[in-house]
Formats: sequence, structure tokens, C-alpha cells
Amino acid sequence: MFDNIIYAGPEIVQALGETFYMLIITIPLAVLFGTPLGTLLYLTRPGSFVKAPKFYLVLNGLVNLVRSFPFLILMIAIIPITRLLVGTALGTTAATVPMVINAVPYFARFVEQTLLEVNRGVVEAAESMGANRLQIIWKVLYLEARSGIANCITIITVSFLSYSTVAGLVGGGGIGDFAIRYGYYRYQTDVMFFTVILMVAFVQVFQFAGNFIVRKLDKRL
Amino acid sequence: MITLQQIDKAFQTPEGEPLKAVSSASLQIEEGDIYGIIGFSGAGKSTLLRTINLLERPDSGKVIVDGQDMLALSEKELRQARMSIGMIFQHFNLLNNRTVYENVSFPLEIAGVAKADRKARIEECLRIVGLEDKANAYPAKLSGGQKQRVAIARALANGPKVLLCDEPTSSVDPSTTGSILAFLKEINERLGITIVIVTHEMNVIKSICNKVAVMEHGIVVEKFEMNDTKFVPKSNIAQFLFNNEIILDKREAAYV
Repeated sequence: MFDNIIYAGPEIVQALGETFYMLIITIPLAVLFGTPLGTLLYLTRPGSFVKAPKFYLVLNGLVNLVRSFPFLILMIAIIPITRLLVGTALGTTAATVPMVINAVPYFARFVEQTLLEVNRGVVEAAESMGANRLQIIWKVLYLEARSGIANCITIITVSFLSYSTVAGLVGGGGIGDFAIRYGYYRYQTDVMFFTVILMVAFVQVFQFAGNFIVRKLDKRL
Repeated sequence: MITLQQIDKAFQTPEGEPLKAVSSASLQIEEGDIYGIIGFSGAGKSTLLRTINLLERPDSGKVIVDGQDMLALSEKELRQARMSIGMIFQHFNLLNNRTVYENVSFPLEIAGVAKADRKARIEECLRIVGLEDKANAYPAKLSGGQKQRVAIARALANGPKVLLCDEPTSSVDPSTTGSILAFLKEINERLGITIVIVTHEMNVIKSICNKVAVMEHGIVVEKFEMNDTKFVPKSNIAQFLFNNEIILDKREAAYV
């Protein structure tokens, strides 16, 4: 009954490995670059700390520009950049390039929104104590927004688990590629169904772990 | 201790017409005063208070605190000056993800006080407001009055000469108001800290202030000393405030 699945077993393991490889590169880079970018958006938006309307306009426009590409099209469109960066447009590593390019502004937008939810009064209190900008960012904004940011990391992890499935298109492998090859091209509905169950399980685990961390970090209630 | 001279402050409104929040307001606050600024909401009293530590930069006028011309300071000097001006707020503005102890530690960290030196200072400040036993609690677990006491401890941490209070009792229940005011009075008497309080409650003024300014539409309409028995309030608003009764009148514009 599970013949097809058992037969495909080693490939499932490999595909999962590729998917996690893509996530393990994408998510930390998104956080690493998206957080300062989102903070810049927050700091320079109209009415905020830094008066730099032109800078904000450009940055905001750039973030919107990248975000407006459907992932599939972005992946194809930036093939020259991918080649430049990793030497090839094929394979798992190549697939992470468009993922990172998509994830950074995505996460930046999340960070901006999360920081906006930090009570302005607390920021003001810090200002009244003579805090400088860096202290306000580190000791007030990031501290008060930390559970929100953890939540955003959970959301992009789940989103990019989904985006990673498109990677098959450029020979990136991963679980999505696997599901198409077996489930669609070979009409092995059972294999397809099994990968869906796996994906559902992973999303549940990510979400559960994410919520757990958020609860630990959030002292507001 | 604090001199405000001819302070003007207008805000740009979305309609384009600038709103004059404060117009040529002047105050003279001496060392050791508990100075009350009273008025209805929208009278500009909070804006005026916030010009003292330049949270609000006046459009024109002079701000002098402890002999320093605040408007002439560089950004760095201003941050330094702010460390000796404590401030508490209507909504407490505590860091929710820090414990009570860590909240009081915050201004010390900003001022660059070494970790080893912070502990004694934090404990002393918590003792002043009677919250030693809550040191490890998070603000969410405290009552409104306790939160404001933490805010007071936090404002005291850097040993300020001045404490600015923006509606300090407006978000706590009436039974707690007395306790907050008692702590403020004690701080003023024992530590000699000059206090400026903005409020709309006449009771607050009556119970602890020695001097009062009344504000209306951004203008300081009257100034007087509380122990001046001969003083007869002239302005409508001052008379109203002295009566301090809720008058049932649907015309909200009656006094505002």
C-alpha cells in the first residue's frame, strides 16, 4: 500500500534536506538584512525621528518594487544576478538567491509595522531621560517589539516554506519539486498526498514553536 | 530653577491652519517649588511642560533650567541636561518587557553608570517609593498606582534636580491619587527636588502645590501662590477650578 512512498523514501529525505537548506539560508539572511532595513523605514517615515523624506521615498519605493514581483517571475527575472552571485542559475543554492531577495524587503516591512506598534510614550520617556537614538533602538524599540518580531519570523518561515516549492522550476529541488515530479508527472497521488501531510506537519511545528517563543518573550500581559 | 519666557508653540494641523497650542507663556519656577499648571484638556499645559525638557521645541521664547539655556545646547549637551530632569507621564510609559528593577536601571544604563554602581541606586529608589518587594515583577502585574511609583523611582534614578509630572494622577483611581501625591511631596521635601505638575484636577493642586498657573487656550491667564489668602480668582476658569464641581451642562464649550 505504501510501496510508492517507500520507493520514493530516499528522495523525500533528500528533497526535505534541500527545502531546509533553502530556509536555513533565507530566513537568517532575511532577519539580518531585513531588520536594519525595516528600522530605517521606521526611523525615516514621515513624522518619525529622522527627517529624510527623499530617502524614505526611495527606500519605500524599492521595498514595494521588490515586493510587487510575483515570486515565480522574480526568480526568472533575476537570473543574471543569480549567475553573478553564485555562478549558476540552477540548483538549490541558486534558488536561495531570489528567495533572499524577496525575503529581505518582506521582513523589513514586517519589522517596520511591528516597530510602529511600540508605544510612542515609552520612546518619549526614553528621550526624556536623555537616551540617544541607538539606545532607543536597542533598548526600547527592539526590546518592546521582540515578541512581535519573533512572530514575524514565524510567519516568513511558513511563507518561505511555501515559496521554496517554486524553486523546483530552476532545478532547485526541494519538497515542491519532488511533489510535482512524483505526484503530477507520475500520477502517484499517494506520494503527493504524503508530501502534503509532511508539509502540514512542518507548518504546525513551526507555528507551535514560534508561538511558544513569542509567549516567552512577551511580558506585556 | 526654571524660567520659561514668552514661549510660543504651534502645531501644523491637517487642515493647514496651524493650531496655537501655547502663546507667549512665561513662568518662573523657584528651587523647591511644587508648581502646578492647571487647565482643561487642550489648554496647552502639557505642551508647555514638555518645552522644559524640549520634548517639545518652542517656536520662540527662552527656556532656562538650572541656569542652562536649553535652546542653545547641542544635541549631546541636551541629552546630558535631560538626565537631571526627571519626567513622569499620565500613562506611566514603563518598558513592559523589563522588570520593575530593570525599568529603574534603564536611565542609569543610558547615563553610562557602571553595573556595579547601579544596584545600590536602584534599590534606594525602589525603597523611596516603597516597592522593594516588587523588584522582579513585570509592569503588567502591577496596579496603576504601583506603575506610577515605578515611574517615579525611574525618574529619580539619576538624581534629578527637577521632576516634571504630566497628569501623574489622571490614570489612577482616586484612592491612589493621594498616595502618588504623598510620594511626590516627600520627594520634594526630603530630596529638595523641584516639581512641576500638570493636571486638570484642582484637588491635586490644593493638596501639594505652593504655586499655580492657570492656562486657557494656550495662554497663562493667572498665576498665584496657594498660601495667598487674599487672592481672588478673576478668570472664569480659575473660579470654576476653585469650585471644582462638576456642573451639569451639555454645552461643553461653556468653559473651554
